Amino acid sequence: MASPQFKNPLVKWIDHRLPVFSYMHHELHEYPTPKNLSYLWNLGSLAGLALVVMIITGIILAMHYTPHVDHAFDSVERIMRDVNHGWLIRYIHMNGASFFFIVVYLHIFRGLYYGSYKAPRELLWMLGVVILLLMMATAFMGYVLPWGQMSFWGATVITNLFSAIPLIGESIVTWLWGGFSVDNPTLGRFFALHYLMPFVIVAVVMLHLIALHRFGSGNPLGIDVSGQQDTIPFHPYYTSKDLFGAMVFLTIFASAVFFYPNYLGHPDNYIPANPLQTPAHIVPEWYFLPFYAILRAIPDKLGGVLFMFGAIAVLFILPWLDRAPVRSGRFRPLFKIFFWLFLADCVLLGYLGGKPAEGVYVTWSRLATAYYFVHFLLILPLLSVVENTRPLPASISMPVTKGGK
Amino acid sequence: MRRLFAIIAVFFGLGLAPVLAAEGGGEIEKRDWSFEGVFGHFDKAALQRGFQVYREICASCHGLDYIAFRNLSALGYSQAEIKAIAAEYEVTDGPDDAGDMFQRPAIPADRFPAPFANENAARAANGGAYPPDLSLIVKARPDGANYLYSLLVGYDDPPADLQMPDGMYYSRVYSGNQIAMPQPLFGDDVVFALGGDTSMEALAADVTAFLAWTAEPELESRKRIGIAVMLFLVVMCFVSYGSMRYIWADVEK
Repeated sequence: MASPQFKNPLVKWIDHRLPVFSYMHHELHEYPTPKNLSYLWNLGSLAGLALVVMIITGIILAMHYTPHVDHAFDSVERIMRDVNHGWLIRYIHMNGASFFFIVVYLHIFRGLYYGSYKAPRELLWMLGVVILLLMMATAFMGYVLPWGQMSFWGATVITNLFSAIPLIGESIVTWLWGGFSVDNPTLGRFFALHYLMPFVIVAVVMLHLIALHRFGSGNPLGIDVSGQQDTIPFHPYYTSKDLFGAMVFLTIFASAVFFYPNYLGHPDNYIPANPLQTPAHIVPEWYFLPFYAILRAIPDKLGGVLFMFGAIAVLFILPWLDRAPVRSGRFRPLFKIFFWLFLADCVLLGYLGGKPAEGVYVTWSRLATAYYFVHFLLILPLLSVVENTRPLPASISMPVTKGGK
Repeated sequence: MRRLFAIIAVFFGLGLAPVLAAEGGGEIEKRDWSFEGVFGHFDKAALQRGFQVYREICASCHGLDYIAFRNLSALGYSQAEIKAIAAEYEVTDGPDDAGDMFQRPAIPADRFPAPFANENAARAANGGAYPPDLSLIVKARPDGANYLYSLLVGYDDPPADLQMPDGMYYSRVYSGNQIAMPQPLFGDDVVFALGGDTSMEALAADVTAFLAWTAEPELESRKRIGIAVMLFLVVMCFVSYGSMRYIWADVEK
């Protein structure tokens, strides 16, 4: 950890007393990174970019928004119509949530495929699951703020889940609402928490990065770096690659914001909230649909809630469920098949979550929910024991053994 | 890379399914609208005709809460014309120095006055049904423009075996086929000063275009800015790709 020699005397003076420049040099410049990372390793920086975009647009929106049941919907329309480029800020924020989840879900599936959760990166993975949970809470509360029909009824359905807790459930729901239904006190606290949570996410992201930099990025081969010949400095190699990834991401993102801004939303949320009229189908935003399907698949309310939270909780203990010593799915022929089956199962759950809970959809939801947990609790532990993995390459610089692709 | 895009496509597919799920009941007719697509724009003449249809027919029951008279400049009206249109409406202002509310002619800064004092008054005047505000109606329905157009031209005689309750009308489009709104357009309901097709279909299309504008008044500038942003970003994609390849040239695979 030799400190770099800075030429600028002011930088030198500051760095001697407050080594921020040395720190940035270590962590962002010379930080040794495996040279074989694929584009799937762009997703982390893209998630960071999405978080920053959400915070900046969110702060601007908060300047114009009014968290009151009588004014919230109107104030959002005022942002859309009368605030200079308010429509742009809001559409970026609205679609930004979806794109944040797209990037984070892809980031998670990348981690699942390449075994990024395995030793010594268990805490890095668990901090990521914490971030996912915080994102879900933040997104849920943010969706309530425009106070449209889906805002109101979504909030009613989700907060009511807590009433499933035996004995104290009803009291907890009353406490969450600040009254006897979703109303003005609920909106006020959701707004306050929606403003707070992103900064909690930033704090956990910092921890995520500290944990990441302890052992450095994994890589598509899943083997440890064996020396300098396997790594390149983060800057300029991965800064340039992340910049390219960011441009591709922003291009796709902008096409949604400018040309199909309401595509991922629900039309009912342009109807002001009406506590006396329930929409025909209450559906959450698309990124919650797989979990919504699990919730509705269980015939018992408390059971549904437990399984829904269990679907996330199982990710926490994943490093101890999959004990296979080989990290990368590339060298695990059976795991590879089950990975794609699991991905398909998640997509199926998402589809089912958007369908009414009746008839054949219920049956399929139960099968898909069962498979979700079977994958983690049965298939992965079993594979760790029975699978014959392919031989690993000797090093990242010499991946040319018969096993590697 | 190809696999990455496949995964993205799958995720988009996952988002689509619930959005596209129709509510059932309706035969929705697809039309070509000038405001659709990347280069979409409003036809100002159609918007002006649609505005006239709204004023003379819809406005007796439906409000336009989020539209101010000044917004009509987007339809191509001059300031003098907007002042004249606003002056035709009376709004309540006040309190004055004596503490009383008073009526005065509207000015461009005012919003369109609501047709009823409150929801109860609206329901009392409409046999219990509440005519919704139309400012956002096109955004508040799945496939809004096509839906609204189809609804307006979708009235029919009920099938012989269907007993319609009092105050309900048969619609091919409305969910459940029974709608409380009587058929609003029949053809030749309005006279256009500048001429124009006044068939039921043409009037329905014009008022739909007008309400698409009230729902998304930013649509034209959004798409115009969007094209510039996309061009910039596509160029930046190539530039950043080039610089990445240049920097990575010395890395052995």
